[in-house]
Amino acid sequence: MGIDLFGSLPLVVIWLALGGVGIVIQAFVRDNTRLVFGYYISTLIATGVLAAITFGHTGLTFDGMVTMGGSGAYFDILFCVTGVLTMLAARPYLQREEAEIDEFYTLLVSAVSGMMLMAHANNLVVLFVGIELMSISFYVMAGFFRKSIRSIEAALKYFLLGAFATGFLVYGMALVYGSTNALDYATITSVVRAGTTPFPMLLAAGVTLMAVGLCFKIAAFPFHQWAPDVYQGSPTVVSAFMSTAGKAAAFSAFIPAFTMLMPVGAGAAYALNMQLALAVIAAVTMLVGNISAIAQSNVKRMLAFSSVAHAGYLLMGIVSGTAAGHQAIIFYLTAYTFMQLGAFVIVSILERENDTHLEYADYAGLSRTHPVLAFVMAMFMFSLAGIPPFAGFLGKHMLFAAAIDSGFTWLTIIAVISSVISVYFYLGLVVKMYFAEPVGEVHHINPGTAALTLGVAAAFTVLLGVLPSVLQSMFTTFH
Amino acid sequence: MGVAALLCTLFAPLAGSLALLFINRDQTKAIRVTALVISILTLGASLLLLPEFDQSQSSFQFVIDQKWIPAFDAGFRIGIDGTSLLLILLTTFIMPIALLSSWSSIRKQEKEYYVLLLLLQFGMTGVFLALDTFLFYVFWELILIPMYFVIGIWGGKDRIYAAIKFFLFTLVGSLLMLIAIIWLGYSTADHVFTADFIKLQAAGPMIPFEIQKWLFLAFALAFCIKVPLFPLHTWLPDAHVQAPTPGSVILAAVLLKMGTYGLIRFNLQLFPQSSHYFAAAISVLAVIGIIYGALVAMVQTDIKKLVAYSSVSHLGFVVLGIFSMTTIGLQGAVIQMVNHGLSTGMLFLCVGVMYERRHTREISEYGGITKVMPRFAVMFAIAMFASVGLPGLNGFVGEYLTLLGAFQSPVLHSWSYAIISASGVIFAAVYLLWMFQRVMFGPITNSENLSLRDLNRSEYWQLVPLVIFIVWIGVAPRTFMNLSEASVKALVETVGKVGNGH
Repeated sequence: MGIDLFGSLPLVVIWLALGGVGIVIQAFVRDNTRLVFGYYISTLIATGVLAAITFGHTGLTFDGMVTMGGSGAYFDILFCVTGVLTMLAARPYLQREEAEIDEFYTLLVSAVSGMMLMAHANNLVVLFVGIELMSISFYVMAGFFRKSIRSIEAALKYFLLGAFATGFLVYGMALVYGSTNALDYATITSVVRAGTTPFPMLLAAGVTLMAVGLCFKIAAFPFHQWAPDVYQGSPTVVSAFMSTAGKAAAFSAFIPAFTMLMPVGAGAAYALNMQLALAVIAAVTMLVGNISAIAQSNVKRMLAFSSVAHAGYLLMGIVSGTAAGHQAIIFYLTAYTFMQLGAFVIVSILERENDTHLEYADYAGLSRTHPVLAFVMAMFMFSLAGIPPFAGFLGKHMLFAAAIDSGFTWLTIIAVISSVISVYFYLGLVVKMYFAEPVGEVHHINPGTAALTLGVAAAFTVLLGVLPSVLQSMFTTFH
Repeated sequence: MGVAALLCTLFAPLAGSLALLFINRDQTKAIRVTALVISILTLGASLLLLPEFDQSQSSFQFVIDQKWIPAFDAGFRIGIDGTSLLLILLTTFIMPIALLSSWSSIRKQEKEYYVLLLLLQFGMTGVFLALDTFLFYVFWELILIPMYFVIGIWGGKDRIYAAIKFFLFTLVGSLLMLIAIIWLGYSTADHVFTADFIKLQAAGPMIPFEIQKWLFLAFALAFCIKVPLFPLHTWLPDAHVQAPTPGSVILAAVLLKMGTYGLIRFNLQLFPQSSHYFAAAISVLAVIGIIYGALVAMVQTDIKKLVAYSSVSHLGFVVLGIFSMTTIGLQGAVIQMVNHGLSTGMLFLCVGVMYERRHTREISEYGGITKVMPRFAVMFAIAMFASVGLPGLNGFVGEYLTLLGAFQSPVLHSWSYAIISASGVIFAAVYLLWMFQRVMFGPITNSENLSLRDLNRSEYWQLVPLVIFIVWIGVAPRTFMNLSEASVKALVETVGKVGNGH
């Protein structure tokens, strides 16, 4: 017990960097965005490297409230990489929108620290703190364009609904605590597995409420309504970050929480019911996300609905409740992060003042005017649609395999049907970019450091599709 | 040596397509020549397979088994038997011709075009080589992307509709097949997931019939859409009509064969009991397709559409031959796949020749072309007669054998399949001869047709090699059928042995 300093390094470093040095820098250095940007990017890189170093050092720290190494460390790396890539893409974007304020980077890193806490949580309270740290940073980031009415609307909507969802979550946690008399995962797991709680109804209610809160965070049906408006209204790079790292963080909490609360294979009837309920949520989420995306003419909104649909696919891994299912989620999250982030970054590069240049029609003939962007975007679209040889296909394959192996073939069939539906709008963009003639004047674009983000995202979208084994062998060490 | 040749056949097009990326887009000549040279080298590599290939052996040869994704036992497993060898040779043979015909028919964004075409070849070769269900699926889907762009960018007026329809139709089938692939993978004796075709071959017939039935249907759906079998054929006329000439040639010659190849390789080999069970139903659809395709072809006013519907009819014979489950029928089906590739490919090239001169495909716009293009008339006639099934040319051999197989079939129990299908041959004569008559004979009614150029040298290079093989197969089919005989025989034996057990 106590604190294992080495294993806690990633968390400790990011907190000190944020709460210690970061605040000092911002208090005494004025108008030096470059310094703040550089400082936070190196913070994230350092944290990511430390997470990689402590990857093999598994165990508990902070009196058993926080895990070390293993999947938590993997998620740390993923969050840090996403953070760095977002920052690289955000800088030219914010400069163009004349909204580059130091706090953006602070908020982003603070969100990352919340996500890391979520991934490392071994205690309901820690989980709650992590979720709040991330969410509150997000609320502010969503409204970061202070002069844009849409951005403010997005922030307010997100905040109000998010606060509501937090209420569900914390109430659920309280009921779980009340019925198991524990906050740490191990004790709750043993009580749930043994079925020794004196208040089974309270436990069931608590689990349901927690599921509601988490489903809100991943934007699963019927708690997905906020996602399109928020992602459309927020600054594009913020949408990119929220829909990738935010979703990954929510799932990094979802996996251990439901390993604990849903005793698959323990012979409890209600575990089956929960699986079934989550399966229905997953199925409806995919269908609703994809069908709604068809109707969109705004690319940003399409990507928002597509992120809803992807939450549905990812839930398949939770439904299966097996280690293979969880590995599939982690793999798919990694793949999804790169392709979705890449797609949003391209949108941010092409976007013009006052939310213009966001329609499908604005992408007509992109392959002629900006061939490289069109090519990379097409790759992301094919990957999101799940077409080999890109990463998205492999992730879907793993999720399908996990679901089929645990007896949810019907869910897989629905996933397949919604994948086919999704092809329509992903390819719709490709059609516009490649088969339509360019219209209007050609905008000069200057991607700046966002080019780096795109390069990395594109490289991983292909690499993870062709050579996934490196990651997969890493996942088998998780449990 | 054989293994090296196989790897070259597979990877040379991929390497070529990557190499093309480094050529400046303005140097169209260099791009065209490089693509052509690469495809000819690939043809050379595939020919090197022949001397090493042991015709008497029924098992897979030149097998490579490398680990790829151990997490779900997907491997880089490739190898060929007689059936796949014939189809690979067909692919490598058609590609240089298709590339050569692109020189005149593709005029914009040439660099992208040739990159995609070589990528397409990589995918097609992979489909015929893969001995791993996962790898097979990856190649199967990989083809969608280049073909989608080829139709969508370089196609005709309604190209976008056709491209999306092509993509969606194929994807519906193949995603259900993916579920079946996963389910199948878990159906091994020890419940450990595998994608190894050799292992699955042993596991497949052991699957309880109730489950096997569904797996069979999922695979069959994917393949029958690709073939295409009536009533899943509606994407084909659209895709064919809208695709540029080389796209149609490849689509007809190779892409459709992936479906029939899949039926043989996966449905028959993995699910013999279900194959028996469903043979009659699929054969009925095949027969309907033969007649329906022919009747619809008869009333077309667009030559390309006519040829497209003729494909529906001709592929019906292939499917009928496959599900006759006799050695003769299957041998006929395999050779008919090659035949259809050659003769329909050639018909599309001929349509392309006319289209380039007149920019129309309406039959009524032509008439009396023989007078101005006598050499072309000879070529077109050969292609047309090959497609009709004139004895002495290739089409006759395949159709005769598939009908014979259907006639003798121990699973179909009825002569009616063969008898009704045989009338399809007559219809074929009707629609093709009638079309030929309206286009080539009679007076020249349209003054624009008076000054058409006859074939140029490039067009000879495209058509003459096809003629050689059309005649060769027609006169001495044994050269080709010997290649696939051992593997087909072995397949029919295993299917016959375990197939009755459902």
